[in-house]
Amino acid sequence: MSAYLSVIRLRFINGLQYRTAAIAGLSTQLFFGLIFIMVFVAFYSGTAKTLPMSLSEVVTYVWLQQIFLSLIMLWARDNEIFGLITGGNIAYELCRPVQLYGFWSAKLLAQRLANVVLRCLPITAVVFLLPQPYRMSLPQSWTSFILFLISLLLGLLVVVAISMLIYISVFWTMSPTGSIMMIAVASELLAGMIIPIPLMPEWLQKITFILPFRWTVDFPFRVYSGHIPPAEALWGILIQLFWIAVLAGFGMWCLRTALRKVVIQGG
Amino acid sequence: MTLYFKYLLILFKSQMQYRTSFWLLSFGQFFIPFSVFAGLYFMFERFGDLKGWTFYEVALCYGIVHMAFAISECFVRGFDAFSSLIVNGEFDRLLVRPRGTIVQVLGSKFEFTRFGRMLQGLVILFWALINLPVSWSLVKVITLVLMIAGGVIIFAGIYMLGATLCFWTVQGLEVVNVFTDGGREMAQYPLNIYAKWVTQFFTFIIPFGFVSYMPLMFILDRADGHPVLYMLMPFASVLFLLPCIAIWSIGVRHYRSTGS
Repeated sequence: MSAYLSVIRLRFINGLQYRTAAIAGLSTQLFFGLIFIMVFVAFYSGTAKTLPMSLSEVVTYVWLQQIFLSLIMLWARDNEIFGLITGGNIAYELCRPVQLYGFWSAKLLAQRLANVVLRCLPITAVVFLLPQPYRMSLPQSWTSFILFLISLLLGLLVVVAISMLIYISVFWTMSPTGSIMMIAVASELLAGMIIPIPLMPEWLQKITFILPFRWTVDFPFRVYSGHIPPAEALWGILIQLFWIAVLAGFGMWCLRTALRKVVIQGG
Repeated sequence: MTLYFKYLLILFKSQMQYRTSFWLLSFGQFFIPFSVFAGLYFMFERFGDLKGWTFYEVALCYGIVHMAFAISECFVRGFDAFSSLIVNGEFDRLLVRPRGTIVQVLGSKFEFTRFGRMLQGLVILFWALINLPVSWSLVKVITLVLMIAGGVIIFAGIYMLGATLCFWTVQGLEVVNVFTDGGREMAQYPLNIYAKWVTQFFTFIIPFGFVSYMPLMFILDRADGHPVLYMLMPFASVLFLLPCIAIWSIGVRHYRSTGS
């Protein structure tokens, strides 16, 4: 276990080196958040219908999305691992006395955490001070907030488990482009990154409920605003645990199969 | 100009050496902005309209902006990827050649896989056009073409500004994305739905308003005024490009090689 922890620590320190990039990213995220909210405000102002989500809930959703962007977006990929697989350096990785699945997962986890730690505090401070209707609201209650933290972390594990599957698929395809693009496009929509899931048409919502993606973005953010009440959130957390077990189990099995027949080209 | 086309041809040939990769990437580019458009579609399905704009009207706006963005990403990529020229010292080589820097930087890189994205913009554009009850005239067709061209010029100007910054910072800056990606995200909706400061900034500083919003009003018969006036509005983008070129040449004079 301590081996994995030190991988996390090393990666974390590595990620903290890019401070200027983080500040630049900050202004970009603020700007994008504002633009998205303005679009939602315009949509909401012109309608008299009753909607499944209130405007302030949507605003909070957008800001959480921007704050935790690097934690939850699926298409942030570590080209290093791709390089290892396609370049043959995987041989060194196999010599290490740690289990590969855990090792890589720890790497991915740490990278995402480091990115978010740098960015989340300043942007959070700013979005709580913005004028209405752009201001982010506080969590509905302490219970919601704690459940939000738990579900966010579990969501992170789901993301890592899904991205591990993408990396492992490279053992067969040898090129990361095609498969990843398709998954990235589909998952972004199905996770609720583009628009919140309650605003989608019924049929699409049904699709999102049977896939793992919505547990990474949509679920934790709606727990925060209380749109998903705490009692329901507890059930959701159980489902998250179920998905983590399934995805990680499948990933480990795939990796074992891949490694059994991997051929390392010399050189 | 002939030099530019020679660059274009050579790089196209070299990219075509990896044919499968080229098609796969183009295919991917076709689908990447697709989820964004799907989101837009679902929003209209849920809300009905957007401050009086219908779905197809916004789709037309979206198609125009995305076409312009894809074309600029394809042909002005040299400026977008300029920081790499500075970092590895390639720019020194460009300076000793007896040709202008702008043509050479433009010719240093093209991203032909963006054709996929362009195609998507085109498909949506036509889909919107078929479903819109617009009475067409020659002036309107010219306006539409000029809108796309104007959009390309604006994006090109932004890329140049971003590249010029590299003379001082060496590294590319993510902030530039606010104006390229951010400009694209924003201009895909009609500008009047935004807060006033955004609208003003993107009309008078970066003239997206003159290129997309106002001519769009004319095409959709929402504006009164002389048609030719609206037709010529996209030329505001040239007014934006000129200072960008001026700043670029100042930057070139300040250039100090990284020595690598």
